[in-house]
Amino acid sequence: MQELIASILAGENFLSDVPPVLITVVFMSAAGLLFASLAAINALIAVYLERKVSAHMQDRLGPMEVGPHGTLQTLADAVKLLLKEDIVPQNADRFLHTLAPFLVFAAAIGALVALPYSSAFLFANFDIGVLFVISITSLTVIAIIIAGWASNNKWSLLGGMRSAAQIVSYEIPTALALLVIIMQVGSLNFQQIATAQTGWFWHWHVFQFFPFNLIAFLIFFVASLAEVNRTPFDLPEAESELVAGFMTEYSGFKWAVFMLSEYANMIVVTGVGAAVFLGAHQSPFGNFMNGGVWGVFWFVGKAYGLVLVQIWLRWTLPRLRVDQLMYTSWKVLTPFAFACIFAVGLWMIL
Amino acid sequence: MTPVGLPHFLILSAALFCLGLLAVISKKNAVTVLMGVELIINAANINFIAFSRYVDNDLDGQMFGVFVIIAAAAGAAVALAIVLNIYQRMKSVNLDEADSLAG
Amino acid sequence: MTTFDFTFYAFSILTLLSASVMVFSKNLIHCAVGLLFAFFGIAGIYVLLAADFLAAVQVLIYVGGILVLLLFGVMLSQRIAGVNIETGTLQFIPALLVCGVVFAILTHLALKTRWSLMPLAEMAPTSRTIGNLLMTEYLLPFEIISILLLAALVGAAFMARREAR
Repeated sequence: MQELIASILAGENFLSDVPPVLITVVFMSAAGLLFASLAAINALIAVYLERKVSAHMQDRLGPMEVGPHGTLQTLADAVKLLLKEDIVPQNADRFLHTLAPFLVFAAAIGALVALPYSSAFLFANFDIGVLFVISITSLTVIAIIIAGWASNNKWSLLGGMRSAAQIVSYEIPTALALLVIIMQVGSLNFQQIATAQTGWFWHWHVFQFFPFNLIAFLIFFVASLAEVNRTPFDLPEAESELVAGFMTEYSGFKWAVFMLSEYANMIVVTGVGAAVFLGAHQSPFGNFMNGGVWGVFWFVGKAYGLVLVQIWLRWTLPRLRVDQLMYTSWKVLTPFAFACIFAVGLWMIL
Repeated sequence: MTPVGLPHFLILSAALFCLGLLAVISKKNAVTVLMGVELIINAANINFIAFSRYVDNDLDGQMFGVFVIIAAAAGAAVALAIVLNIYQRMKSVNLDEADSLAG
Repeated sequence: MTTFDFTFYAFSILTLLSASVMVFSKNLIHCAVGLLFAFFGIAGIYVLLAADFLAAVQVLIYVGGILVLLLFGVMLSQRIAGVNIETGTLQFIPALLVCGVVFAILTHLALKTRWSLMPLAEMAPTSRTIGNLLMTEYLLPFEIISILLLAALVGAAFMARREAR
């Protein structure tokens, strides 16, 4: 993206008279809009995938009416949600009630920008890539607390606080598991992490330093499930527990934005997992099917593969209770992550 | 208009410092005073990093900034624990009422 | 106006507006949201000052840690959930005067001093350098601050626990 803007500003074309600030602002806004629409398309696909996969796992068919095999079902749902009335509870804080879903959305889009989709065209090749994604996803916590508070509803507040405590607790094993790989690569840059995994699939980080990287990958995957409030960690959203947790008082378009950001967050965490552990945009067959455009295919394919595993886990496992959830994070995942860091550090020195 | 240089960053941090100072000396609620203290710490941090970029050629200011952020986090945690303790004893976080040590 | 200037003015207006919301608002949660945007604005200022690692650390620790702590503190220190959280001010006009004087003095200092400016270095990524410095020149402060954090963690957890009286 930076190179595109620089080349436009440098060359003599019809945009020479426009002030550079305007060009930068317009291009950046266009990139942001592009990512927002990509997130919406991703939500369309992911919701359809979830409904179909869960249906077939439960020996039924799922949506079949709208469009061939129900493919247009999510589109119809989106149109319905857009046309619904926007209800804000009576004594609730109107401004905060509207702000919260858009903060979550902003956090998800901000993290999507930094992922390594391909080796050729990138939107933002930050040198602090991994740290940037971790810090932007911590905005979700605040937005959930604000959503729970602004609904003026005891159950929403409780759900919001529980969800915030869960996400904050599971950020630690996530970051520690990523640290195992960052130690091996020596850089936070996503492109360098991807380049360190060139070759056939046994060069991917998840198969190196056996078994510690594999344990780190499992810790990352489980902790990232809790980060996006997926089962078995979806107590804040469970219908039988707190109605719908912090989303209780949200309907219509704002609820659609919450759902969109939840699926976008799923892609963010699976994207980070695929980038750091499964060889980002590298092909598993070495140089065969490797390149700029193939990179996007492989990266999105790996991310969606992990999303399929997440959907599979959702419809197979029961939910964890809040104290079991906290126990898992602090007494199981974090010590194992520390042990992995220590073991890999020793292995690298000796 | 002059291009943005060191004085611009210093004026920005001065403004943030004064807003934080206003919050600290004129608010009744203990948590709001804490928020003001955080603003003051951030304003000082901007100063460190601005000087590191414009006046210094290495990263000493940024190192100081890292340590300031960490120390501020530790301070905020302890301060909030104290505020919660005061609330448990006095059932109120109004700073005017926390005067049992006064003569 | 270059892109750098435009970005600086955009981020500083965001920061100052949010900080004003934080100081002048009566609703505690509005204060916290104002602080949130102020922290983001300051992270943007850090990026402009070629401190990319510090900007990410700022968002991670301040927004993801301290602000969550402050929000929990706000919600746990009110009597009943759902009551309108209000905060009042004391002696607002004298405080405003004092802060105005302090601001005037600091601005005068900033504009009148002849700073010995060095030529600007290229904007380079800082993570690697900061990591090296932490392990070589700044090792002692690093160890001391780890112990400080441990003490703060244990102390805060101990103080805030609900005692069985």
